[in-house]
Amino acid sequence: MRVMIGKIGQWVDQRLQLAAPLREIAEHRVPRQTASWWYVFGSVALTVFVLQIVTGILLALVYVPSGAEAWSSLQALNHSVTLGWLIRAMHGWGSDFMIAIVLIHMVQVFLFGAYKFPRELTWILGVFLLLMTLGMAFTGQVLRFDQDAYWGLGIGASIASRVPVLGPAIVRLMLGGPIIAGATLSRFFALHVFVIPGLLIGFVCLHVLMVVTLGINEWPMPGRIVRRATYMNDYHELIKKEGEPFVPYAVWKDMFLAATIILAVAACAFYFGPFGPTGRPDPTIIQTVPKPDYFFLWLYALLSLLPPSLETPALLIGPVVVIAGLLLLPFLSGEGEKSWKRRPIAVLTVSLIAITLGTFTHLAGYTPWSPHMNAWSADPVPDEFIHGSTALERQGALVFQVKQCRNCHSLGESGGQRGPALDSVAVRLTQDQLIRQVIQGGGNMPAYGKNLSPAETTALVAFLETLHPKGQPPARDAARDVALKDDKSPGAQP
Amino acid sequence: MATKPVPIPATGGASETVMSRRGFLTQLGMLFNGLAAAVVAVPMVGFLLSAITRGRGHGYLSWVRLGQVADFPEGETRLATFRNPYVMPTDGATADTACWVRHIAGNEFQVFAVNCAHLGCPVRWFPQSGLFMCPCHGGAYYRDGSRASGPPERGLFQYPYKVENGRIAIQAGELPTPGAAVAVLTGEKPPCA
Repeated sequence: MRVMIGKIGQWVDQRLQLAAPLREIAEHRVPRQTASWWYVFGSVALTVFVLQIVTGILLALVYVPSGAEAWSSLQALNHSVTLGWLIRAMHGWGSDFMIAIVLIHMVQVFLFGAYKFPRELTWILGVFLLLMTLGMAFTGQVLRFDQDAYWGLGIGASIASRVPVLGPAIVRLMLGGPIIAGATLSRFFALHVFVIPGLLIGFVCLHVLMVVTLGINEWPMPGRIVRRATYMNDYHELIKKEGEPFVPYAVWKDMFLAATIILAVAACAFYFGPFGPTGRPDPTIIQTVPKPDYFFLWLYALLSLLPPSLETPALLIGPVVVIAGLLLLPFLSGEGEKSWKRRPIAVLTVSLIAITLGTFTHLAGYTPWSPHMNAWSADPVPDEFIHGSTALERQGALVFQVKQCRNCHSLGESGGQRGPALDSVAVRLTQDQLIRQVIQGGGNMPAYGKNLSPAETTALVAFLETLHPKGQPPARDAARDVALKDDKSPGAQP
Repeated sequence: MATKPVPIPATGGASETVMSRRGFLTQLGMLFNGLAAAVVAVPMVGFLLSAITRGRGHGYLSWVRLGQVADFPEGETRLATFRNPYVMPTDGATADTACWVRHIAGNEFQVFAVNCAHLGCPVRWFPQSGLFMCPCHGGAYYRDGSRASGPPERGLFQYPYKVENGRIAIQAGELPTPGAAVAVLTGEKPPCA
């Protein structure tokens, strides 16, 4: 049997002539120290990409890229097709793992100075691979054609429309017509299934080819400076002195982590199940709170927190600056120190970006900037706030609920967080200030003057004045007390 | 394109500056392929850009009926739905569109897009407080559609409307977006800053 297989192999390779070059690639020599767990993320990303291709093809056997039927075909995958739910879950979790691993890979490459001479182009292709991975994530979220996908496209269109002059044309090109509809889904399907994966495969091949031909980045030693004139010789010396064939010396670590990650994707898929789809993509159903997928949550937070005047410039110029910065990085610091131990600014930059993105993602998890649409009808005023209150104050508490103040203001930790919590508002604002704030609004609060009768305002403010901690008196306008005192006749004083 | 002189050692008879026959044919072949590419590229690009070109001027917009005036009580704001005038067979429910109709008095209306003027999420109407609120980034608008608070830089988008024979119709057909020329298309002026 073995002899037979060997003979067939020989016959094929006599014609294909690929065995020798493949063996050469597998056995290319790498510096001994790079056979490290830090050097495995590239091949793990590639493995997850292959998993995405396989699960993606399987999903395409059932999925229908039609505005009218996509959602139903996803339901069929989840509930009717044998193991459809698992394949969907693996594709979804695989996408999250892939972005995470690509980001880790990029951070490792950055901190190890691997983008420096002569690997500038490898880095640049890597930047494009990151952008394409994010592009796959966004287009994939659209193919899960549910309410989140629909309104997410609306957000995408709203952002694109802000490009000066060309905005409206870009929106139509993106949507494939005047509205988000069947044509939109079809073109995102084409992007997700043909255009971006095609480019990805091509770029991945070039990226890996360059890693093999230029050699893997050596382990950075503090004080070992990269210079264009000498680097190539130094690297070859290093390889000669302590080089080992990639297979089998280093490859086993790649294989172990790749298998671990594949199992992790499968475990997450099995345990947590597929993502959505959420509600039907019917734009007449407006009772929806659209949210982007995990890796775009930071953007969701950013769009809520940027001052309005900065938003358009930040959206249009920000990405250009970031991408240009990433592409120019190897040209700005193509030489010099590689070790992160001697590059404090690099370490600080990575930490700052990680903390920023992490904080934004965390904030987007509970969206303090969004009104809680149902708080006014679902979260009653807690007992302790109306215990022992007068009829007028209770009427005020009622106004407080009915006029949806709760949607933006919390009491006793329930309700919206768009505006400040009002548990102790009476300590901060005097009666006059409360009336002014309610009627005229301001500081990001709408004016309620037209929607409250004088009686309602009086009751509401009477209730708000009771909101102060025990033993802490409400804010009072001293001048007002003096003025009121002067009005009264001296005989009436106790 | 510069034509490189190609030496022809085999024949030896020709002068060094003369292009070989094969070199000439290769260049002619490239030119021919360039021509073929240009010929097929024209319809391809035309196809690709048709979504833009088709909607030029008022291309995508037309008058759509929302219903009887009597369906919208005076002083109230109600949700109305309509089918987008430009429909493809695969659109399904996505071509159904919602809008908020505010009947002020008599034949005086305001018809707002549900799309928030910030980033397009669907705003909801709260009659008790007289506010439109957006669930995404916290935009809020007054009953007349003007901006109340939050990230939007302007009021809600409005559709042009007309009342004929007791029926209200709006001019619709394109997704309203903050930067798009919707204000121009619908004849609406952006609010003064």
